[in-house]
Amino acid sequence: MSAVLIVARGVFKDSIRDRVAYNLVFFAILLMASSYLLAQLTAGQDVKIIKDLGLAAASLMGVLIAVFIGIGLVAKEVERRSIYSLLSKPITRSQFILGKYLGLVFTLVVNLAVMAIAYYIVLACLDWLTPESAKKAWEAAALDPMLLKAFALISVELMLVTALALFFSTFSSTFLSASLTLAVYIIGHFSDDLRSLESFGASPVVSTVGRWLYYALPNLAPLNVTEAVVHGHQVSLQHMLLASGSIGLYVAVLLVASTLIFERRDFK
Amino acid sequence: MDAIRTDGLTKHYTKGFWRPRPYVALEELSLQVGQGEVFGFLGPNGAGKTTTLKLLMQLIFPTSGRAEILGRPVGDVSVRRRIGYLPENPYFYDNLTAEELLIYFARVFGYSAQDGRARASRLLDEVGIGPERRFQLRKFSKGMIQRVGIAQALVNDPEVVFLDEPMSGLDPLGRREVRELILRLRDKGCAVFFSSHVLSDAEALCSRVAVVVKGRLAATGRLSELLANRARAWELVIANVNQSVIERIKPRLTGVTALGEGRFSLELPLTVAPEKLLSELVATGGHLVSLNPVRETLEDFFVQQVLASNEAGIVRERTAS
Repeated sequence: MSAVLIVARGVFKDSIRDRVAYNLVFFAILLMASSYLLAQLTAGQDVKIIKDLGLAAASLMGVLIAVFIGIGLVAKEVERRSIYSLLSKPITRSQFILGKYLGLVFTLVVNLAVMAIAYYIVLACLDWLTPESAKKAWEAAALDPMLLKAFALISVELMLVTALALFFSTFSSTFLSASLTLAVYIIGHFSDDLRSLESFGASPVVSTVGRWLYYALPNLAPLNVTEAVVHGHQVSLQHMLLASGSIGLYVAVLLVASTLIFERRDFK
Repeated sequence: MDAIRTDGLTKHYTKGFWRPRPYVALEELSLQVGQGEVFGFLGPNGAGKTTTLKLLMQLIFPTSGRAEILGRPVGDVSVRRRIGYLPENPYFYDNLTAEELLIYFARVFGYSAQDGRARASRLLDEVGIGPERRFQLRKFSKGMIQRVGIAQALVNDPEVVFLDEPMSGLDPLGRREVRELILRLRDKGCAVFFSSHVLSDAEALCSRVAVVVKGRLAATGRLSELLANRARAWELVIANVNQSVIERIKPRLTGVTALGEGRFSLELPLTVAPEKLLSELVATGGHLVSLNPVRETLEDFFVQQVLASNEAGIVRERTAS
């Protein structure tokens, strides 16, 4: 097995048992389950509320896991000096970075899969308890397989967030890495607004900075297909591939940049 | 071929955020360690011991100079297959068990899972980790982590082992076990380079030592050479002697300790011939118990080196000129 995969396996074993991840996944499942109760208060909108809240919970908790475990991959390892033992072994720094990244991505995919199963169980309960006559008002079936596309794009988003956390943690502290990652994540969801700041009355300087940020930062809006899948609209394969491809490219650039920075770093 | 060789190894940092100032962590360190040798790298806190080890492990990069391990530059990843390293105050992955950690590291060296398990089991036995090897490392005490750290440094049967303060956090029994382990490694032909400020360990284990003070090499050599002919006095233990006799010879002594029941320990300067004094004491009815040269200890030597460095002006603002 290559050094990258061995490191990835080590990260997976360590982070899958991380209490933070446990708690966040548990909290996401709790949110999904409680959305069922919330849905009882709405007339005819129950399935949409459960689908909407469930996807939001999975996405939010996934991002939090990616950030809080992601920054630990390098920044915490450097601060706690656990990195010393590993880097003194026959492994290059680029293998270390790639292994860490793949390990956490795999952890996140497993966590997301657990959340997706919980999500479908809640939806199955709703489907089972709802009379056939009421189901006719639904825009899409409760157990709509289209929802999996939303989960797939959430996983792409988590891959990016992990790469961001890893990138920032190669040169900054845990706190700064977490703050910067969350900032890029939030800005990335409002990327389209950055391009047209002048229409909101922004000054030319601010508009120019906004345009630069638009081109420099990842656009995460195409990854959010919650509204479409909740209303039973189609999400084309082309959209999926384009959105994933552009983010994949961004992830590749971040990993190369992380490696370049990390190769030259002194661990004082 | 030397196990370890450094030539003019230097590391300068900058310190301070607002007004960065250059700081000399290590200056022109040149030393060689032979294969199968136990080499003590000694110095007070902040002397540059850990910096040197980090340079040898490529955890930091030198400002100038070069370092080789087993004839290969330290940047060569392949040489790391043949070495082991225990960092100072090691820390590992909280959620892995000791067994899993060792198997993980064994796999990094390319051993199969089965071989990794066998190595983990043997090494954890060797460092005295029992059934608790199946506990997650976050439940381990400092001393137990230190033992796991030593085990992981040996997972690949290294030819050269670097131990940064290996006795740190260990109880007396643990220290003795680690001393025995280091000697076993030496007997197998493994070079051991260990940094410490605990001089008794170095004295008990090392064939050669280097003393670094404030980033500079203050002394290096075989312990037998560094401390040879450095007897600083004679210790004469005599029995059946009256206090009045002791009072009479006292001006010629540098120290007297009454041991009770007519026994005295007398310290004579090297300028006084012990035979003459002994015959005087025997003539008054005294009995010789023992006569030994009082040799300088490594601690004496170490303190002298640190003080000499200070007096020679090596005590300086550790800023690069």
